[in-house]
Amino acid sequence: MFTFKEHSKFVYCAILLSFIGHPEIFPLVFTTKTQEIFNCRVDEDVTEENCFKLIKKEDIIQDLKTRAAISDFYPVKRVVLEYPGEELLVVFDANFQYGQNFYLVASEEAKENFLKPPDTAEEKEEKSEEEKEGTLDVHAYKRSVRKPWVSLGSEKEVEEESVKGYVTKIKYMFSRARRKFGAPIRFTDRNASHVKDSYVECTSYQDTTFSIKLLERDVGVQMVPKVKEASTQTKWTYPKNAATQYSPRQLSNEEMEESLSSEKLKEFLTSVHLRMEIALQQNEIMNAFFDDWKALAEDETSSGDKSDVYLKAYQSFTDPQYLKDRSISCVRWHPTIYGIIAESATQQHSDEERINLSDKLLLQDSVIIFWSFSDPIHPQLILQCPHDIYCFQFSPSDPNIIAGGCFNGQVVLWDISKHEERLQNAKSITVGPSYMEDDESVTEPPLVRYCATSSTEGSHKTVITDIHWLPDHFEVNRTGTTFENRAEICIQLVTCSPDCLILFWDIRVTKLPGKLSFEKEKNIFDMPPGVPDTFKHLALSWKPLIKVLLAFFQSLAADFCFNLPRTYLIMAINKSQLKNKPLCSMSSSSKFSIYLIFLALQDGEIIYSDWKIKIDSDSGKPVSKKPSHKYIIHDEAVNTVQISPFFKDIVLSVGGWNFAIWKEGVTDGPILESSCTAQRYTTGHWSLTRPGVFFIGRDDGNIDIWDLLKKPHEPSHFQNISKSMITCISPWIASPKQQFLAVSDDSGVLHVLEICPILSQSSSNEQANVLDYFEREVKYLKNYEKYQEFQAKERTEKESLKCTYFC
Amino acid sequence: MTELENYLFSGIPIRTTLDNSTTVQYAGLLCQLTMKARSTVRDIDPQNDLTFLRIRSKKHEIMVAPDKEYLLIVIQNPCE
Repeated sequence: MFTFKEHSKFVYCAILLSFIGHPEIFPLVFTTKTQEIFNCRVDEDVTEENCFKLIKKEDIIQDLKTRAAISDFYPVKRVVLEYPGEELLVVFDANFQYGQNFYLVASEEAKENFLKPPDTAEEKEEKSEEEKEGTLDVHAYKRSVRKPWVSLGSEKEVEEESVKGYVTKIKYMFSRARRKFGAPIRFTDRNASHVKDSYVECTSYQDTTFSIKLLERDVGVQMVPKVKEASTQTKWTYPKNAATQYSPRQLSNEEMEESLSSEKLKEFLTSVHLRMEIALQQNEIMNAFFDDWKALAEDETSSGDKSDVYLKAYQSFTDPQYLKDRSISCVRWHPTIYGIIAESATQQHSDEERINLSDKLLLQDSVIIFWSFSDPIHPQLILQCPHDIYCFQFSPSDPNIIAGGCFNGQVVLWDISKHEERLQNAKSITVGPSYMEDDESVTEPPLVRYCATSSTEGSHKTVITDIHWLPDHFEVNRTGTTFENRAEICIQLVTCSPDCLILFWDIRVTKLPGKLSFEKEKNIFDMPPGVPDTFKHLALSWKPLIKVLLAFFQSLAADFCFNLPRTYLIMAINKSQLKNKPLCSMSSSSKFSIYLIFLALQDGEIIYSDWKIKIDSDSGKPVSKKPSHKYIIHDEAVNTVQISPFFKDIVLSVGGWNFAIWKEGVTDGPILESSCTAQRYTTGHWSLTRPGVFFIGRDDGNIDIWDLLKKPHEPSHFQNISKSMITCISPWIASPKQQFLAVSDDSGVLHVLEICPILSQSSSNEQANVLDYFEREVKYLKNYEKYQEFQAKERTEKESLKCTYFC
Repeated sequence: MTELENYLFSGIPIRTTLDNSTTVQYAGLLCQLTMKARSTVRDIDPQNDLTFLRIRSKKHEIMVAPDKEYLLIVIQNPCE
């Protein structure tokens, strides 16, 4: 059996053999089986001498078919199949000349050679063997015998190599007529594509046989890093100045003094001084900041027609139930709610009657009535009072608290917080004819009982003629010193009355000295139902904080005018018309505890002095000093003292048949005094928006409107409002375009008038003009005084001269 | 109402009627402005020099009189 190794060896040998010129020898290995089949058993059929065996081709092929791969002829299968002859020669190779024990001769010629001249070959072999043995001894020269050339196949090679002509040459002969040679040549163009088959194209085509597939290619590679651009945004925190704290350079004191005293500075100042002076003078001469254009516009609006000045009747309120035969003593607007006005109704008696009747019970209820613009027929709210109220005030910090001064000297407090909403909604109710018919929708105005009244022994002895709240930044303590009120609400009241007393009241729970807490509790009783208990602590035991006796008056002081330092709020306490009630107005200067008073007395005297509450050594009670100046201007009791809302040192006083304007600090007299008129002046009020305008009410029902800039000697306009005496005037700014004037009269009717724009809107420089006017008047007054003195002196001189002359 | 200050050209106040912080502020700012104004005038005409500087604003008028070493500043409120 052939192993792979043997097979390869066999092939190797075959290749070797073919190289050395014996390509037809194929060494084979015959197994015993094969030897039996082909009868070429070693040492039986074939021997060393008789080594040739002819085997038929068909037998071999048969053997190949039967034994296939295991047949010994398998490696030479192809050779056998291709063998042209019928019999193949197999030669026993005893010497293993060709590698195996048998070899196959593949070609006929070789076979012949082997069969025939093997003898010679054998002989040659023998000879060569012999020669080999023999040449060792002697090599005898033997002349070579010429042999016949034996063809070994070389003539074939020669034949192959030699060049012979295979192709018989073809002879052609061309001839042409001679004249055709040398003829001029004419070339023409001809398009090859026009004629069919005129040209033969040899187009290129891709011959796949010649396309070489590149299996190997030389490629150069360079390693280069890939360049990539990338960017990212980072939060680069870099220090940046957020704030810099610095302090300025400053010269030390010595340096400063040195430079101040240096010569250079002096020279500088002299040279610069002139320039600066010129500039300052220029500024003095002309006001560079004056806006001519704006001023021009203002002038146009202020020059209105005379006929345009009016007080338009807006509404009038009266109530048949409560206000029959009653006089309205005081009118106040609600500070915050639009269109609510309150009035206090009193008996329509003359003074004497009132005093006589004061002991008897008043059958008619005393009320404060609230009206709203939306409903002129039905009052919104009615406050019950124990007695007639002569004056009342809304608390500036809390409009739901109302303080009123009674006829008998008591102070009464109301708290209407429950009804605040009703008052606020009052404006949404519209008045129409259907409203009258529908009785169900009409509700009775709620009656509010008073919360607290002061104790009778602590209050005034006679009517409280004026009542005011102290401003919310200010309070007074027991000893009379004033200090700052941190609570920012109004907690203190001041009242005055003809009994010479000015009382300070405090609405907080005060610790009265010497009273134990349980005693206080005893005094507190349950309030009647429906009354808020805001002032429960005051109840019946409310006593004034400070009682100031104005000792220098026989009769009673009543009016106040507080001019307080920080904000210069004016509390002008207006006095009513009752006789025996002097008025006093106080205005404070810049220091807390010193007050300057303008006191207007009952007889028309105006007193101007310092007022300081000090403790009287005798009685231990605070008293005030003696007055410094006295003026008698008014013929009757002064009923109005009011500080101008624009100028803190201008005071208007109205009384009797004239009015006067005073200025604080001017002690010579009033800066303006009106001439006496036919009717009495009953009340007066400054306009809230125009500095030079004020309203005066008369007892014939007229209102005089005075404009100091237009006509200082007579009213610029007057208008009749009602038939009876005007008792109170109160203007109110409802909106920048709308101003109302509430006028109450003696017959219980409250008229609300709308002030025309001319009277309500001031021009830009009006205040300055009015101020100028007042200053002029002051100067005139001073000059007048001087002139009078001069006149008096001259007169005395003249008289003395006269005397001397005559004597 | 007028206020008055004297300054060194370096901007340090020597004498003033105002409070310190306002003075220092005016000093620093007006010093620079004066120098700028002066250099403007001289740039246009080198023979020229700044004699007086007046700044009118809504609320005040500031008048500056410069010199070689010193500066005089007056702040004036309007007439009314």
